[in-house]
Amino acid sequence: MPMRPEDVLLPTPSGVCCKSGGFHIDPTRPVAKALITHGHSDHARAGHGAVLATQETLDIMRLRYGEKFAGATQAVCYGERIKLGDVTVSFHPAGHVLGSAQICVERKGLKVVASGDYKDRPDPTCTPFELVPCDVFITEATFGLPVFRHHDAEGEVEKLLHSVKLFPERAHLVGAYTLGKAQRVMAMLRRAGYDTPIYIHGALEKITGYYQERGIELGEIRLARGMNKADLAGTITIAPPSAIGDLWSRRFPDPVAAFASGWMRVRARARQGGISLPLVISDHADWNGLTATIAATGCSEVWVTHGQEDALVHWSKSRGLKARPLDIVGYGDEDEREPAAESA
Amino acid sequence: MNRFAELLDRLAYEPGRNNKLRLIADYLRTTEEPDRGWALAALTGALTFKHAKAAMVRALITERADPVLFDLSYDFVGDLSETVALMWPADRSQKPNTPPTLTDVVETLSLLGKTQLPAQIARWLDGLDETGRWALLKLVTGALRIGVSARLAKTAAASLGNKEPDEIEVLWPGLTPPYHDLFAWLEGRGDKPISTDPAPFRPPMLAHAIEEPELAALDATDFMAEWKWDGIRVQAVAGVDNGETVARLYSRTGEDISKSFPDLIEALKLPAAIDGELLIMRDGRIQSFNVLQQRLNRKTVTAKLITEFPAHLRAYDLLGEGDDDLRGHPFEERRKRLEAFIAKLNEPRIDISPLVPFKTWTELIAARANPGAANAGGDAPAVEGVMLKRRDALYVPGRPKGPWWKWKRDPMTIDAVLMYAQRGHGKRSSFYSDYTFGVWKRGENGDELVPVGKAYFGFTDDELKEIDRFVRRNTIDRFGPVREVTHEAGKGLVFEVAFEGLQRSTRHKSGVAMRFPRISRLRWDKPPGEADRLETLEKILAASEHGRTPVLESQ
Repeated sequence: MPMRPEDVLLPTPSGVCCKSGGFHIDPTRPVAKALITHGHSDHARAGHGAVLATQETLDIMRLRYGEKFAGATQAVCYGERIKLGDVTVSFHPAGHVLGSAQICVERKGLKVVASGDYKDRPDPTCTPFELVPCDVFITEATFGLPVFRHHDAEGEVEKLLHSVKLFPERAHLVGAYTLGKAQRVMAMLRRAGYDTPIYIHGALEKITGYYQERGIELGEIRLARGMNKADLAGTITIAPPSAIGDLWSRRFPDPVAAFASGWMRVRARARQGGISLPLVISDHADWNGLTATIAATGCSEVWVTHGQEDALVHWSKSRGLKARPLDIVGYGDEDEREPAAESA
Repeated sequence: MNRFAELLDRLAYEPGRNNKLRLIADYLRTTEEPDRGWALAALTGALTFKHAKAAMVRALITERADPVLFDLSYDFVGDLSETVALMWPADRSQKPNTPPTLTDVVETLSLLGKTQLPAQIARWLDGLDETGRWALLKLVTGALRIGVSARLAKTAAASLGNKEPDEIEVLWPGLTPPYHDLFAWLEGRGDKPISTDPAPFRPPMLAHAIEEPELAALDATDFMAEWKWDGIRVQAVAGVDNGETVARLYSRTGEDISKSFPDLIEALKLPAAIDGELLIMRDGRIQSFNVLQQRLNRKTVTAKLITEFPAHLRAYDLLGEGDDDLRGHPFEERRKRLEAFIAKLNEPRIDISPLVPFKTWTELIAARANPGAANAGGDAPAVEGVMLKRRDALYVPGRPKGPWWKWKRDPMTIDAVLMYAQRGHGKRSSFYSDYTFGVWKRGENGDELVPVGKAYFGFTDDELKEIDRFVRRNTIDRFGPVREVTHEAGKGLVFEVAFEGLQRSTRHKSGVAMRFPRISRLRWDKPPGEADRLETLEKILAASEHGRTPVLESQ
């Protein structure tokens, strides 16, 4: 009897599970053994018995949840093959954030790749996405609609710098997810030649420090806390998205609210958030990236996890692939929480 | 086109007026001609393309995209132009097109017939990026909707030459896109353009508000008073061009609204410029604003509409007669000219707004309190206050302080309960400053609050902070940027809401909509259970519909 994909990885509402290997991938509830693709809180949760992940992902989980975030941990390098029961697993760069990985699970010649979140665009803060040929590809669909075709992020950074020039007496507040996006924006500002200090919200301090420790060049980063209001004119401050329209922003002179996110491609999204300078900078693959990646893996079957599943399933089927949405509850919630502490 | 697209894009997101001005001025200063002239025309609404319609845009995308993917996308984005702009498949097999300039677009569109249009638009869409595509589709379908008024665009243009916006306003009707002569003058390269329009708009003079206690500082003998009618302030202008009379009706902002009021236009037979109020007159009686609104809301003007809602002009002032510009003459003198002119015109659709006779402020206070007993007679319900004009006031555009005062009738007020709050924009972006409030109504399970309006001003900065704090501490639910706030009979915040009138509304669950609502007082002392009921509003509404002045029962 031929091997079925479900004999390798079985979708459940709390994440995909490998029975014969005795593990889950990115489970949304505590399990005995978890393989974690990356450190965003919707994928990496505390309380598992054992965690297998890249060193960076383990470090990030430790920073966020404290030393006791899991019973035991094991670090894995990109490309290293590990035998678990009768399956072989390997981690491959996903290009999403520092340490992010796709997890390839192979059993008796059938390869299933759980890609986690990924992007196929350059990012100075993480290892570029690696294409892993497979039989079944599990893809995210955060931006799984053909309206999401993101520009080069460099152009968006130019837009920000132009605005800073146009409004030198105002402060520019850039909303960016705490892990990954914030540091990517900093690194890109540096590459665009911006060499004055970049200010940050306190909630970004730990992760940003960690990126710098790992050798990622971010230039001079200062906390906005304690700064004189007038001295923040003409500066750029990066903060969690929830802080941009909140009490915290009152310490800035006539702030320009910017937000670095793939969602900014849609005007209504920017307007609902009170954003006046939307920057389309995404850490997820856009529609072209998703469809090109699916095609390039050579897979015959696609499982679509979180986001706009319908359109991607429709597209895959129209290309003669088997495709189904997976209903996993709880992905896609990173940084969707309410305002960070006012004192931060 | 790309630079214009970038401007529209930025304007669409920018809430602040001054920042919008900066963005437009920056664009006009740094963009070459004639592009910037066409841009100014687009921003002031001076461009229309009759063949480009939403249906054509939809047809274009349907030929190029999977219909299932289009429907899912449209459903997510919610705006046709934007969806098409975002998902337009650039044809990579073709050599990339050079993006068209704004001038290319405008000039080509004016030449093309309906059948050639779709292919041309498609070629342009292929050559532009998505912001460019979005801007192009907004431009050709004629719905920019980026929160920029014609006045704002003209103000930005004026700033190029440190001119007053009113100077441009005066010239505007005589200018044609792409405005080479205007830019030459603004940049000091040419003479001021001369208006050749036979019936130009003149920037209006506006009044500051005044309250009773402030009257004491003024000398009653310096002033004349007239009723402030509850209609629409307009300017009716007639001139002669090659022996033909040209007549136009302008809104207060200079928009030409002649097409909507052919009945009034035909009465403008003598060359002059009248400042007055547009009203509906039935059987010799001025009708309420609600009635006027029913005519204003119609797109097509039918004979039936004209018969049922006859337009009427009640004249306040005469700005010019024949070749005489009267704006430099004192009000008292203009008034005499106006009286003589209206008599000479002798048109039933145009009459003069009577002066309110008074010698002392006490007499005027009495007249304002009871316009019917003064000389407003049966038209009293359409009086929304009195205007005070200095006898020696010249007609000065804008809102000079001193020569004219408006003293509105007291607003109506109700006590309503804060139900939802939303964050504001710009400087208020971190404050919950837009409030939805409700009044009590009998529901299936006893009394319940039903929303009756929204207000976002009327309070001081300190009060805003207090309300913001209250909202944050009493949030019971969140919907995106909106917070639902505790609103029970025993717990919540009561606002005294002032408003100018009520209208029936099918859009509001309560069935009523307020005109010009604002927060007049915070009633921290009042339990929400003692706020007003919907029946109170319905009584006011019924009274206004029967032509009586609504009187609120004291509580």
